[in-house]
Amino acid sequence: MNNAPVANSLRTGPNERGRFGEFGGRFVAETLMPLILEVEQAYDAAKADPAFDAELQYYLKHYVGRPSPLWFAERLTKHLGGAKVYFKRDELNHTGSHKANNCMGQILLARRMGKTRIIAETGAGQHGVATATMCALFGLPCTVYMGATDVERQSPNVFRMKLLGAEVKPVTSGAGTLKDAMNEAMRDWVANVTDTYYLIGTVAGPHPYPMMVRDFQSVIGEEAKQQLQEAEGRLPDVAVACIGGGSNAMGLFHPFLDDATVRLIGVEAGGHGIETGEHAASLTGGRPGVLHGNRTYLLQDDDGQIIEAHSISAGLDYPGIGPEHSWLHDIGRVEYVSATDREALAAFQLCTRTEGIIPALEPAHALAHVTKLAPTMAADQIILMNLCGRGDKDIFAVAEHLGVKL
Amino acid sequence: MSRIAARFADLKRQGRGALIPFVEAWDPDHATSMALLRGMPEAGADLIEIGMPFTDPMADGPIIQAAGKRGLAAGVKVADVLTMVRDFRVADEATPIVLMGYLNPILSYGPERFCVDAAAAGVDGLIIVDLPTEEADVLLPYSNANGLDFIRLIAPTTDDKRLPHVLSGSSGFVYYVAITGITGTRSATAEHLEAAIPRLRKATNLPIAIGFGVRSPEQAGTASRIADAAVVASALIDTLSANLDADGKARPGAVEKVLDQVRALAAAVRR
Repeated sequence: MNNAPVANSLRTGPNERGRFGEFGGRFVAETLMPLILEVEQAYDAAKADPAFDAELQYYLKHYVGRPSPLWFAERLTKHLGGAKVYFKRDELNHTGSHKANNCMGQILLARRMGKTRIIAETGAGQHGVATATMCALFGLPCTVYMGATDVERQSPNVFRMKLLGAEVKPVTSGAGTLKDAMNEAMRDWVANVTDTYYLIGTVAGPHPYPMMVRDFQSVIGEEAKQQLQEAEGRLPDVAVACIGGGSNAMGLFHPFLDDATVRLIGVEAGGHGIETGEHAASLTGGRPGVLHGNRTYLLQDDDGQIIEAHSISAGLDYPGIGPEHSWLHDIGRVEYVSATDREALAAFQLCTRTEGIIPALEPAHALAHVTKLAPTMAADQIILMNLCGRGDKDIFAVAEHLGVKL
Repeated sequence: MSRIAARFADLKRQGRGALIPFVEAWDPDHATSMALLRGMPEAGADLIEIGMPFTDPMADGPIIQAAGKRGLAAGVKVADVLTMVRDFRVADEATPIVLMGYLNPILSYGPERFCVDAAAAGVDGLIIVDLPTEEADVLLPYSNANGLDFIRLIAPTTDDKRLPHVLSGSSGFVYYVAITGITGTRSATAEHLEAAIPRLRKATNLPIAIGFGVRSPEQAGTASRIADAAVVASALIDTLSANLDADGKARPGAVEKVLDQVRALAAAVRR
């Protein structure tokens, strides 16, 4: 479907400085500055090259398994007793999450740039697994930085990455989560500037990453828009996605930004509850600052020191958020809400029992909000939710939270 | 003339380069870092760099990361770093002080208020690691208005085409990051520096300091002769951290040990 931006479009960002409104930019050390300019140039050239798109489409179709289905969650809809709930089934991608869309795009870019070594950061391990997978496919050495806490709670994904031939480096600084993994990946990049490509997993980091990752993930929203058109002959009333860094949400939302009738809702991780201070809801509980190369909403104290995020979901456990989300928040185009650990766990179980789909804990947050929203809507209204990852990786953590010994 | 310009002019007359030792604010506590700061000029520091702790120091290796962590654990705030400088200035009007840190705590403090307060406290220059030229306008108008030198980092990856762009609006001195890498990890060779520094000289008349990987007196001597100054950070913090007790407090004599190391470095730049 052609989604060419319209006049006064909200889809034209970022500007030449990599800004979405006042957010984004390129706040990196000078050592890295020439590198991100090189990535930007290479990406601009690739975008303009039909051969690059053809190559990407080939791999997305035959290797990643796109398009992913759109599923009418009928039993869940009946259970909730309101709006029709559709799942965009990005958990059916190869490697089990939406992360494959971006990894495929960026690894093809890295190859085009002649880079011979790939590094990545990962939280839940989904991006790490997707990166390690693409590196195995193309025979590139891969180093994945992962917080030591996350290594502990996501051990199936750690083993998977190792099987795929990646080196997993546990990061012990800070709380040993996604933020610290990203610091360490940037330190690696600074030290290995000539041969290494940094494959960032979310719509954060310095320009051009937020734009590039969004572009690669927008296939989610573009497909869903077309599929819903075929199924229902119209746009959804609401589109919902979970947000850590925000790549699956940006991918779902972006093609709908100019469709003013579509309510867009991003669900942040509320952890133990916003009021406890132990959460990962940067927009709900943070304020603008600069971290990891971009200006965006951050969890920080009064003195500008970054506060550790908390979430049951390692993939949402990040004190920042992609800069385009910060902008969409400030202009009011997207609503940002939160769901707690407990609510996500309940939604996780509900989805499993009513639809036979074990969701990752990340989209379980989106579903938690859907369970609140759907009953308040009419039966002829439609909610489109991005089921961005499958939950196999989470069953050990969920068992522990439910007090079950495996 | 600014303190930094005056100091470099004076050293030029003496025919030698400068030693710029580094101290992380409140590492491991206020008293220890203040004693180090106060003792450094007498030990031979020509300028002093004070590190402002940040939770996510992306350009720093494990040694400075740990120093920042100790400072934050001791409760240091941005305002406390400025207070250190104000207290230092009571007894020392001549030694230039440069603050090195990351942008977010400054943004949080307020960029304009920070520059006003820093200048009033007696700070001479700023090195903000994650503020490249492309984004400098968030701070540059205020640092200029308050007479603070805005010191730019140049890396081995900064090519000739980019050099004039990066140097535009810089003042005080130019900080050459000698390696592609983080602090305290590896060192540049004299051959690398002998090729890199003349390249910079063609693009700027400002004094050039070499940092990242300058650890030994010999390396400091070489760097100060090839360029105009040597910055030593991780090696000093190594000494300090080796002289902390199990509770992280400085053992008796810890400050003197670090200052002795500064003396040895200072002797090397005077050779």
